[in-house]
Amino acid sequence: MRTIGIMNRVLKELFRDKRTLALMFVAPILVMLLMSVIFNTNSTTNVNVGTVSVTQKLNKEMGDIKHVDVKTYDTKADAKKALNDEKIDAIIKKNGNNYSLTYANTDSSKTAAVKMAFKNAVTTTSIDQLKSALKKSTTGMAKLQAQLVAMQKQQAASSTATTGTAAAAKQAAATKATSTTTATKSTSQKTPKITNHYVYGDKDTGYFAKMLPILMGFFVFFFVFLISGMALLKERTTGTLDRLLATPVKRSSIVFGYMLSYGILAVIQTIIIVLVTVWLLGIEVVGNMASVVVMNLILALVALAFGILLSTFANSEFQMMQFIPLVIVPQVFFSGIIPLDSMATWVKDISYIIPLKYSGDAVNDIIMRGTSIFDEGWNILILLAFLLVLTFLNIVGLKRYRKV
Amino acid sequence: MAQAIIDLAHLAKKFGDQTVLKDINLTVNSGEIVGLIGPSGAGKSTVIKVALGMEVANGGSAKVFNTVMPNRELLGRIGYMAQTDALYDDLSGEENLKFFGLMKGITRADMAAEVAHASGVVDLTADLKKRVSGYSGGMKRRLSLAIALLGNPELLILDEPTVGIDPALRRQIWAELGHIRDEGRAILITTHVMDEAELTDRVALLLNGEVMAFDKPAELKKQYNVPTIEDVFLKAEGVE
Repeated sequence: MRTIGIMNRVLKELFRDKRTLALMFVAPILVMLLMSVIFNTNSTTNVNVGTVSVTQKLNKEMGDIKHVDVKTYDTKADAKKALNDEKIDAIIKKNGNNYSLTYANTDSSKTAAVKMAFKNAVTTTSIDQLKSALKKSTTGMAKLQAQLVAMQKQQAASSTATTGTAAAAKQAAATKATSTTTATKSTSQKTPKITNHYVYGDKDTGYFAKMLPILMGFFVFFFVFLISGMALLKERTTGTLDRLLATPVKRSSIVFGYMLSYGILAVIQTIIIVLVTVWLLGIEVVGNMASVVVMNLILALVALAFGILLSTFANSEFQMMQFIPLVIVPQVFFSGIIPLDSMATWVKDISYIIPLKYSGDAVNDIIMRGTSIFDEGWNILILLAFLLVLTFLNIVGLKRYRKV
Repeated sequence: MAQAIIDLAHLAKKFGDQTVLKDINLTVNSGEIVGLIGPSGAGKSTVIKVALGMEVANGGSAKVFNTVMPNRELLGRIGYMAQTDALYDDLSGEENLKFFGLMKGITRADMAAEVAHASGVVDLTADLKKRVSGYSGGMKRRLSLAIALLGNPELLILDEPTVGIDPALRRQIWAELGHIRDEGRAILITTHVMDEAELTDRVALLLNGEVMAFDKPAELKKQYNVPTIEDVFLKAEGVE
């Protein structure tokens, strides 16, 4: 009852503070819009592909694709040199039946374009191969059928002779064996192994696409942290917290009231951010959008608990701002915007205490790989552990202001 | 004999190394206004904080309604007004009253009547719909007092309630405090205004963490052989 009362009051205050509200909702949109414009300037990327010992047919198929130019090189060394000189963006080399692709990968959109072009070209060529394979297998089938008919005839003829059945069985097993070998042969012919190499980064490198899930979480975390921290700080400095604690309200009701109100705010904020990214920026969300909202809601609650906790160590709004470089900025570094694999082990270990990393990982999986939220149990569990500990600390921490 | 609502006995309070209260003996009975006077830093606010259970005494006992403080449930029977206005600026006067009323445990059915009564006492009925950010200093003080009056608490603890309030309204508020006393409720009030101390039933003079004197204003004046409470204050402080 009192929890709801506190929630209503906090929400009322929030919705009357138009500027703060605008900051929460408009600022993320503005920044993301800017980022998408800056990072995805040219939507049509022209790529140059160098090929080494690739079939004429594949070269032609690739060359026919728009915005793709194919240059053939005799040796891999020549192609490598061209790649280093930035004359080409990728090398496709054929080793026997397999393909080895090397990307400069300095521009992820170019890498993506090469991949797409190569895939298309391979598909068209393999479709041709498939057709011939199909033809082969149909003739094989016909042969088999003919054999079967012959066998049946044989069987019928030797029905009186008891030795005939055993011979027929042997023959049937033999035909079966030959048919399986032809089948395996045709499949091994169809799919050449493709190995990707990246001069820079890895297959996950993509400026905005990679940043987006983390950015989303960052905005939620940043604003909820700051605004909730400020709100509680204000309650403390104006004396309303003392007055509130001079009523029979439970300390936990205050914390939960804040959680509910800021939770609602975070849900609205996340929905707006998700809609903007999907419709305005045209980012594809493979997974469930509701899952994204849920993940960000959990993150927002962690941010809230964090903000409230740290606000007790601040004596003014300015001191609250001082937590930004101390708390918020490191979160960004370890959240995964910068690949962690290349960092030293001890640096990597720091990321385990960064809440943004867990939500970033989970939202990344949901948006880019379409993972179900139920498969993100580990990330959710750790975030909830953060939340539990911080909430507990907050409820206990309010004892500073009232002893019961 | 009147029942002791607040009963502080041999109360001591330290903050770290600093001893704020040494040996406080103070009682507030039902149907009584007790004034707490003393220079800044004497420990008036600390006495109030201990009585509310916001701080725990290091020694002695603090009982309110015969229950050892701190006790959360008891706070519903106490009306508290702090030195700072402690209001939500973005809410209207009425919303502030309703919020704190809800926190005090006033039921929805009684709320409207309670809000009307409390705001009537401090003469704010006409301005209830306005946001507090548009209130004058005096209006904020009155609203703050109205919040303390919500729910007809049996005990009122008021920390400098009449700072920044016009003389006419101050008189009106004191009249209301007199009413409350006559209903048999208890009031503990701190003040800097010495002529207000004359209006209380008993005055406790707090100095250096001790109660130097605690008696009826007239008795104190006789005791110190001075004409006003202000002189008592000055004499006790040693500023002659």
